[in-house]
Amino acid sequence: MTDFDALWEALPEIVDGLGLTIFMWLAGSLLSPVLGLGVAWARRFGPGWVDRPLWAYVEVIRGTPFLVQMFLLYYGGPFIGLDLDPTTAGLLGLTVYGAAYFSEILRGGLIAVPKGHVEAALCVGLDRGQIIRRILLPEMTLLVLPASVNMFVVLLKETAVLSIITVPELTMAVTGFGSANFAFTQSALVLAICYWSLTEITGRVGRGLERRLDRFRIA
Amino acid sequence: MSGEIAITMRNLGKRYGAHEVLRGIDLDVRHGEVTCLIGPSGSGKSTLLRCVAFLEEHDSGIIRIGGAALGFDEGADGARVRLPVGEIARVRRNIGMVFQQFNLWPHMTALGNVAEGLRQVLRLPKREARERAMAHLGRVGLAEKADAYPSQLSGGQQQRVAIARALAMDPKIMLFDEPTSSLDPELTGEVLTVMRDLAAEGMTMLVVTHEIGFAAHVAQHVVFLDQARIALEGRAGEVFRKPWHPRLSQFLETYLDRGASVLLGG
Repeated sequence: MTDFDALWEALPEIVDGLGLTIFMWLAGSLLSPVLGLGVAWARRFGPGWVDRPLWAYVEVIRGTPFLVQMFLLYYGGPFIGLDLDPTTAGLLGLTVYGAAYFSEILRGGLIAVPKGHVEAALCVGLDRGQIIRRILLPEMTLLVLPASVNMFVVLLKETAVLSIITVPELTMAVTGFGSANFAFTQSALVLAICYWSLTEITGRVGRGLERRLDRFRIA
Repeated sequence: MSGEIAITMRNLGKRYGAHEVLRGIDLDVRHGEVTCLIGPSGSGKSTLLRCVAFLEEHDSGIIRIGGAALGFDEGADGARVRLPVGEIARVRRNIGMVFQQFNLWPHMTALGNVAEGLRQVLRLPKREARERAMAHLGRVGLAEKADAYPSQLSGGQQQRVAIARALAMDPKIMLFDEPTSSLDPELTGEVLTVMRDLAAEGMTMLVVTHEIGFAAHVAQHVVFLDQARIALEGRAGEVFRKPWHPRLSQFLETYLDRGASVLLGG
């Protein structure tokens, strides 16, 4: 059996892996900013006592490797009654990890919205809810766009770590093929090309978006 | 209406920690008049204006707008009572505010900025809000810039949009906080022209400004603040033609040095 035949045989598994990687990435990219916004909002506008525990959460997540976090969640989780299947644990871990970073990005964005823009809204007569919906959130979103695109790229690459808790995503599928056929370098090369293509597409979309949104910059 | 009291301040005080920014301010602003607040930096004039918009909360005294207490009132026993948020918003509806930094919302067009309050606060239908916003943009000479974003406008144009945004809510009193201070000299004129037109239409205006020429020519009432107090106030002609007050004459000297004597009428 030639290498090519082996690859052909493994191809469905690799394509499924790519699909799962993209799914985990997109779901994580959707969920972690939402959770991150909750954390940022609570720290900025919530009652004072929530700040310390949330600060601790952000610091612990940012201060430890994602690999270690996933080990603890997946293999340590059952000891505290958290018995999750690999994919669920992976998505939960990715979201909790991404949210810690997003909360800091969004907190910075909230702080960077000029105070005068809110004062102008007060003087026009907008109420609290309207100021949040119409002024704060849109302006914050524009301010955090570049940092967010960067974070989406990080999340994509971190999905590779999920292979160690046996999530059958791209890295798991390709390295599985590689070790079965002693094609370690080739499979690593395939992985590099796949991830790099996806990050390049993300970067391009992000830069295009930034260009289009340039007219919204604070004058 | 004209000549009636629009804003009353009695014994107004404001401090930041140990630093007293406003002390014992008594001031009446009349309807149909332009009142200019002048004075050196740090004299408290911007803080005074921001108190009238309730962007700063005064620590003592009382502010009344059209007779209604702003933010705080005296209870039956003379104690200071904070008024509910809805009541603050209701009293604030009488005023429109123009800021030194324009503060246009960058994600909305010029038209969007002006229409925002009409849609969200007055709940006008889209079409009507659009028409009224266009009329106000026309009033400041920017109808053709309706679809431009703030980043695509010059500073002077941004400030005129900001004036249109405030006017669209049909305020009884317009507050201006150093409206030309962050503009290049050649852009200052177009903003002052809009303000002069407003004054000619009888709009009640309270203006913090360093434009002594504007104060001398357009204001009826001039208030000179110095070190947190009103050092001198009166009819514009009297204040500028007889700057007998030592601090005022010293303050005006700095302008005369810059060749503004012509503007003051000698």
